[in-house]
Amino acid sequence: MTLPIFESRPALPAAPQIDAAVATEWLVAFLRDELVERRGIHAAVVGLSGGVDSAVTAFLCARALGAENVHAFRMPYRSSHPTSLSDAQLVVDALKIPCRTIDITAAVDGYLQNEPKADARRRGNVMARMRMVVLFDQSAKLDALPIGTGNKTERLLGYFTWHADDTPPLNPLGDLFKSQVWELARYLGVPQRLVEKAPTADLQADQTDEADLGISYAKADAILSELLLGYSNDELVARGFERDAVALIRRRVDSTHWKRHLATTAMLSSTAINEFYLRPVDY
Amino acid sequence: MNGAPSRLRVALVQSKPAKGQYERNLAETGKAFAQLAEWSPDLVVLPEAALTGYFLEGAVYELALPAQTFVQDLARVWREASAQPVDLAAGFFENDGGTYYNSAAYLHVERGGEKIFHLHRKMFLPTYGVFDEERFLSRGRKLGVFETRFGTMSLLICEDAFHAIMPTIAAVKGARIVIIPSASPGRGVEGEGELESIARWRDILRNAAMEHGIYVIYAGLTGFEGGKGMSGSSCVVDPRGRVIVQAPATEVCIVRAELDLREIDLARAGLPLLGDLEAALPDLLLDEDLPLPRAGDNAG
Repeated sequence: MTLPIFESRPALPAAPQIDAAVATEWLVAFLRDELVERRGIHAAVVGLSGGVDSAVTAFLCARALGAENVHAFRMPYRSSHPTSLSDAQLVVDALKIPCRTIDITAAVDGYLQNEPKADARRRGNVMARMRMVVLFDQSAKLDALPIGTGNKTERLLGYFTWHADDTPPLNPLGDLFKSQVWELARYLGVPQRLVEKAPTADLQADQTDEADLGISYAKADAILSELLLGYSNDELVARGFERDAVALIRRRVDSTHWKRHLATTAMLSSTAINEFYLRPVDY
Repeated sequence: MNGAPSRLRVALVQSKPAKGQYERNLAETGKAFAQLAEWSPDLVVLPEAALTGYFLEGAVYELALPAQTFVQDLARVWREASAQPVDLAAGFFENDGGTYYNSAAYLHVERGGEKIFHLHRKMFLPTYGVFDEERFLSRGRKLGVFETRFGTMSLLICEDAFHAIMPTIAAVKGARIVIIPSASPGRGVEGEGELESIARWRDILRNAAMEHGIYVIYAGLTGFEGGKGMSGSSCVVDPRGRVIVQAPATEVCIVRAELDLREIDLARAGLPLLGDLEAALPDLLLDEDLPLPRAGDNAG
């Protein structure tokens, strides 16, 4: 008689999963606790780009604070794709949140007209930083707090403008990979168009994230989630990932640690802030 | 156990302290006590770091208290809430003459005064990843058990209970009830239906209760601390490993349970693993291959 054999099989590399209901409950509690209970602030400001990250952020804020307390801002530049505006409007319509459109062209060009040689990267950074100027100022006006929309994938790959996209004091999505944000979007009922469209920073014409990065989010997330557990490049390749893709991801992560920190401060004393003088952010 | 009560009414206060605001949190605890007074609990348990919040970094030196001060404060707010006697257990940061511990006290409170029955200093200080306790605190050196009118108990704090040997030793030393004040930052959204860290905790608590035939009382902190959400889920597990009540993760609440202490004997009769362990324990611990200090190790 031949005995039946039960054998373990190595899991195929895949983007990390998420229980969207559990994550939603947790993130709604996070927003309520951090905004209302710890800071006594009852309203949020969210910049809507027309992409899925800011849409999910707005949906979460609406659940946590009520739609009337989520102030959306669309901040087009003259070169922004028109669908960015209309896609952002889909979120506004779905949630019935107040929304204002503030064109940043004059502010951005007011500076860049003196910098005619600024390349696309510099121009994009100026736009991203200008949008934060708007969001912080509007927050002050509305007694609200700007809410960040950056996800874990772009944070790990350094695919954001330092001291721009990463500046809002609260970030609900920063520990979720892009693939998980998509799952969360489907669960929350984000308009399907935004879930299915190709992600773009929309800082240059016809730009897409995946073309910029040179890898799909699904593949990047699968590699990143394993890489963070401590596996070497060789081990990741042995687990079924392509060597070039692993090298690309590793290079991006290792060259952007600085972007995930505040400024490097010269230490001169034994009371240096955040080195010796250690107090938590909520103290 | 002759003459000892056969039932124990236990309440857990799943609190969300305002970071570092000891007096305010003490007042909130008093409100919870007032709400509980009518139910006449025998024992009220608060989480780890219940009156300060957990992640304090260097501020722990500003907030740590002598055990006597903490116990007096806690007893005072109970007496302001109720004239009934009660036992209290709660976690706090302790300043013992300039040495700092993550501690938990068990005390008995009556109108005329209070008495500390036991002070446990956390032995396993998590210092990895998000945790940095041993950067600021010293490690407790002894796992004790103590007598109460409800039988022998032991206190473990959070990671103490992650090490299976801790409830094991407590039970071997006679504990019938293990109380675990905890502050567990929730994480892991890839599972189904709940955070993975909550499921892991429940497995640990159920295994400890079932293996040794003990009641396990777990009081968890809730609320977000700088983005790290404490996972609440305060619960009571009976000596057969059944979760008889569990709080949600993110809600400030009170958990109540009436324990039938006779269940301990019945569970142990049905699954006498603790007795088996007591018989085998000398063989296990006297094994020369174990990395334990032996008599004569220091000779020469």
